[in-house]
Order: sequence, then structure tokens, then C-alpha cells
Amino acid sequence: MTAVISRAQAGDTGAPAARDHLAALESEAIHIMREVAGEFDRPVILFSGGKDSTLLLHLAVKAFWPAPVPFPLLHVDTGHNFPEVLEFRDKMVAKHNLRLIVAEVQKWIDEGKVHERPDGTRNPLQTVPLLDTIAEHRFDAVFGGGRRDEERARAKERIFSLRNAFGQWEPRRQRPELWNLYNGRHKPGEHVRVFPLSNWTEADVWHYIAREDIELPSIYYAHEREVFRRDGMWLTAGPWGGPRDGEEVVRKMVRYRTVGDGSCTGAVESRATTVEDVIAEVSASRLTERGATRADDRLSEAAMEDRKREGYF
Amino acid sequence: MTSLLRLATAGSVDDGKSTLVGRLLYDTKSVLADQLDAVTRASVDRGLSTPDLSLLVDGLRSEREQGITIDVAYRYFATPKRTFVLADTPGHVQYTRNTVTGASTAQLAILLVDARNGVIEQTRRHAAVLALLGVRRLVLAVNKIDLVDFDEATFTTIADEFTAHATALGYAPDEVQAIPVSALHGDNVVERSERTPWYRGPALLEHLETVPVADDPHDEPLRFPVQYVIRPRTPEHPDYRGYAGQVASGTVRPGDEVVVQPSGLRSRVERIDTADGPLPEAGAGLSVTLVLADDLDIARGDLITAVDDQPRVTDEFSATLCWLAEKPLTAGARVLVKHGTKTVQAFVERLATRFDEQRLATVEAPDTLRLNDIGQVEIRTAEPLPVDDYATTHRNGAFLVIDPPSGDTLAAGLIGAPLPSLEVSV
Repeated sequence: MTAVISRAQAGDTGAPAARDHLAALESEAIHIMREVAGEFDRPVILFSGGKDSTLLLHLAVKAFWPAPVPFPLLHVDTGHNFPEVLEFRDKMVAKHNLRLIVAEVQKWIDEGKVHERPDGTRNPLQTVPLLDTIAEHRFDAVFGGGRRDEERARAKERIFSLRNAFGQWEPRRQRPELWNLYNGRHKPGEHVRVFPLSNWTEADVWHYIAREDIELPSIYYAHEREVFRRDGMWLTAGPWGGPRDGEEVVRKMVRYRTVGDGSCTGAVESRATTVEDVIAEVSASRLTERGATRADDRLSEAAMEDRKREGYF
Repeated sequence: MTSLLRLATAGSVDDGKSTLVGRLLYDTKSVLADQLDAVTRASVDRGLSTPDLSLLVDGLRSEREQGITIDVAYRYFATPKRTFVLADTPGHVQYTRNTVTGASTAQLAILLVDARNGVIEQTRRHAAVLALLGVRRLVLAVNKIDLVDFDEATFTTIADEFTAHATALGYAPDEVQAIPVSALHGDNVVERSERTPWYRGPALLEHLETVPVADDPHDEPLRFPVQYVIRPRTPEHPDYRGYAGQVASGTVRPGDEVVVQPSGLRSRVERIDTADGPLPEAGAGLSVTLVLADDLDIARGDLITAVDDQPRVTDEFSATLCWLAEKPLTAGARVLVKHGTKTVQAFVERLATRFDEQRLATVEAPDTLRLNDIGQVEIRTAEPLPVDDYATTHRNGAFLVIDPPSGDTLAAGLIGAPLPSLEVSV
């Protein structure tokens, strides 16, 4: 985009182009969503109830106003979700009168199509149910909340990311992405993952949530919770395993920076009960949100790259 | 309120570009402790005594294994004054493809040279590609200045040679800034270095924070590609009909007379809608929904434009192509052209010239354009398109060339002859 520095910033009271960098990011994301609505037959939004997917839904509502959002939602449910997040998910679906498709990982486990891992983590198990559901519903564009600042392999992800018939990402075969002209052409059976938040950072997300007064699940804010220490993270006791012997349960004021599978998503100690507190805390943090709270990214130096190649989000 | 600056980097192998980008991220505290720990661990594994900052940015496994950067990577950093989106483009593998991609969205580009080698052929090529794509400002980072003992004469020679080259490509002297840096040691990256007392200019980050970004498409004529027609057909909005899009150039206000191309039908803007309420005006870059006074047949792919300064509607145009695919281009090729929100069938009637970046000269009537070639061609489309020259209106002068069977993007297209030296000499 060459158009993001507006005259307003240059000290002139000209047209309200992009008043500031958040307005520029919002306009870019809305443009991307409208391109998908214009060019694809069966788009879907991946929606977990987490903050990035809630932001995606908020932008979709704005992009098509006053018409309803022209996409259904898809949640790959590991069965290890925080109840507060599931409740929030259902509330959003009802509020915006949307259709929600839930792919339950447990069903794939029961049918023997995926197997529980020894460490109990279910995040990597989401890939097969996701790809099966995309195929079953013949979705051709799948919106994800991924951001390029999250992880090194994501930094090379395109906004329109072609996936082959096996759902795989092939980093060496990515299409060049020029100007704001997105090429979404694909063959039958292939689909395109679309990342409207590509150019947002964690700080941008929180500043925008504050500006737009976007409601999030309560666990993003500090609350008292029974937790135990594992691999340097505070995990919640639950059906996903734990505490094990020797892991002591304590009550702490914590909040979540990311919301994923309960077995591998850790809380951080926090007193931030409002969005302003969270912004102050995120600005001062010396750890990335995934590094601080996601065991699944710690599996190896290229953990995210490997999962993306297999068709992960 | 902070503004957003989009920039790109370009450099040759071993110029230390990844190290410079790593340094910018590190010194703006955009690298957090866990990322740095991972880099430190990986550096120790490779037998290095200090953290190799380039490992912060080389993202893919094969890149780390080979110690090279393969693909364009996007980086984010911010200071209290500006937020930066940086397209980090590798220099050696498919340099045109990557540089064109990074430059297509950049307002400024940083070119790196090694102070020991000075301006080399690839520096000239990169600068030519950046000029072609219309990147408005260049920074020449003369890196590894520590390895030439912070010598002023070496820097001045390189800076003068580069500025002369950039001037030949159409840059004004104040659009080019040369800075002596050591990415490895941090000289003149964030803080001005005491080891280059003879250098009076800004440190790199200081320059990025303060450089005016003058490309302001508000003063250009209105171009509004229709992306999507919004028709709720709900009880609250039974008859609503709005045209959703992002202003490509110019400014639109309620009451403006507009023309819809290619049909040529006229109407008036009744309202500029957003979910946050109607706007008194909307400038370039803003995503809005236009409601017109008349009930016209308008669909995705149409272009709403100003009345007094209209694009030309044509099914034949001359264009510069940056060829980005392994499959070469020959005359007569059948392709798809994606311009704005419209995709049409087309064929390339004639290959007029191929640009020889090394000599800044043109080769007449080439047989093919191959991967990373840049050339001038004549294109005929199955339907007329409302086009502007890239040099005057970037967003309405740009197009993609797409391969019909595979769907792959074959080329970046720029309508007209944006670089003077590419003009066909008849």
C-alpha cells in the first residue's frame, strides 16, 4: 500500500484516509475480506473464540455492514477448551446470527484417524480434522487469524496462501504477492488460506481491541485460578492431564496471552484486569506471546514450520 | 498517533542484510528475550562466540541450514514516532522476483553495499528495479564501514557513484540518502557513531523515523475499484445497495459526480458508508462503501472514477513486465490479466524490448522473456479495461499476469513505460 500516510498525519486536515497505522491495518484487512467474498465460492472463518479470531469476526462484520457476514465459522475443537472460551464462542455466534461448524478432535480419535500423543497435547492433532472438514464442506478459502510477527516461519507466509490437495504449505512454491492484487486461483481440491491480520503485531491487536471496545473471553484478563507449574508455564488443572505427581497446585492471579488447547497453553502471572492494563503489560513484556505460553512451539527450532507444511493453521 | 511506513531492503549476498535487519529489530527492542535466547542457543550450536543476529530473520529450516535467505520475509518494528512494516528481500536467489515483490508495496527502500566492494552490478540492477516500481526514496547503507577503518574517502566515493546512478534513474538528490554503517557493531544504525565523526547525516533509524513520505495519492484523480456489491435484503435494509471497495487514488466526497467504467454511465455519490457511520470524505487507502444516487448496473470489476480526469478505456496497451516464472514468455502467449478487481483473458501480441539492467540499455525485439527478465510488451485484452499509466497512478496502472492452466502468477505488469530507459526507441 502506498496510500497509508495521510495528509492528516502530515499536519493537514485532509481526507480521512488512514488516520494512523491502526486505521491503515483495518482498511487493509477489510479489503482482503472483500476480495475473498468477491472471488471465492465457499469461504469460511476459522473461529476459536480467541482474540485473533474474534478480531477477524469483528472486521468481517465491519467489512460487509449493513449486510450480514457472508461466511460461516469453523471451530476445530480439541476437547480441551476453556469453558469460558466456548461460552464466548457461542455467544458471538448467536449475536451475529452466524452458522458455526464444529469439528471435534475427539471424534477423529474415537474413529482411530488420529492418535493421542504421549504428552497429552492435542494442538498438533487438529490438522487432520481441519483438512477433513475443509474437504467435506468443499471450502475454497479459509480465513485464519495468523500474524507474521508470531513466529519466524510465519514471517514468510503470504496473505493468500495456496494449499495443495493435501492441505500442505510449500514455502518454495509460494506465489509472489504484488501490490494489493491477490491471486486466489486454485484447482479443484486445493484451497487458499487467507490471513487478513498478516501485518498486525500483538501490540496492534490490543490497541485496536481497546479502540473498538471489542469484547473478549474473560480469561484474557487477570483472574484468580488454580494452576500448577510445568515447563516454566502455569497450566490449569483439567481433563487434559495434570497435575502429575510432584506438581503442586496453587492459587494465582493470572491471565492468558493466547488461548489454545488447555494442555499446552500456559497462563502468565498478571494483575491486568482491563484492556489498558494489558496494553501496558504487553509493551513491557520481554517474551513473545507464543514463547511465553505455548508448549507446542517449543518442540523444535522449526516446530511451526513443520506443522504448517502438514496443513496446520 | 503513529504513522505507518512500509519499506523494503535489497542487497547482494554477504552484504550483511539479515544482520542489519536483525540489528534494527534488536535495537528497537522488537526482539524479545525468548527469541534472543533461541538465537544465542543456535549461535553456540554453530560455534559462534556472539549471537548471530541474522538468525533472527532467516526463518525457514533450509535457510538456516544453508545460511541464506530464500523468500521475502516481513518484519515489524515500532518507535514512538512510526510503525514500520519491512519487506526483507533476499539478494541472490531470484533477485528480481523478490525485489519486485518487496518494492511493490514499499514507500522507501534500503539498499546495502559492502564498503570493501562498493557499488556492484547487482546494486545497479536493484536500484533500477526500485525506480521502475516507483519506490519514492532510497537509502544506501554502506555496510561494514569498520572493515575499511571508517574511511571517509571510501564512503564518499561509493555515495557519489551511487547518487549519480540513482539520478540517471530519475531520483532527485534529496530522495537518496547514503549512510555509513556497521550492522555487526551497530554504528549509525540507531545511534550516530563516534567512529564516523566526518559523517554529518542521520543514523539509519533516525532517517526512517523522520523522512517525509511524499507519495500522496490524494491529489490524484479518484479511482475506486468495486470489490463487492453489498445488498443486505434484510427487513431493516430491504433496498440498500452499496459498492464496497478501497480508494485506490484520489478523494471522494458526497455530491461528487462520478463515471462508472467501462460502461461510461454517470451518477452522483450520495453517501460514503462505513460500519462506524457515514464519512464526509474518503482518501486513498481507505476501505468504504459508496452509495450512488442512481440505480445503475454496477458489479465487481467496475471502476468508479472522477469525471474530469478519466482513465483511458482500452483493450490494447503497452506495458513493462517483470517476468517472475520459470516458464518463459514468448509472443502470442495466452494469459489472464488481473487489473484492479477485474480479471480478463489477454494475449501478449509483441515483445518490444528486453531491459539490460547491467548496461541500463534495451535489447530490441527479444524472442523471450525469462525468469527475472524485465521487458516492454504489447498486450491485447478480451474486454476493455479502464487503465492509467503506472508512473502517474500506481494502483490503477498495476496488473498481474496469470497462467490460465496453473493459476500461477507469471509477471508483475506496469502500464506504460514507467522507466524512461525502457521506452521503445522506434
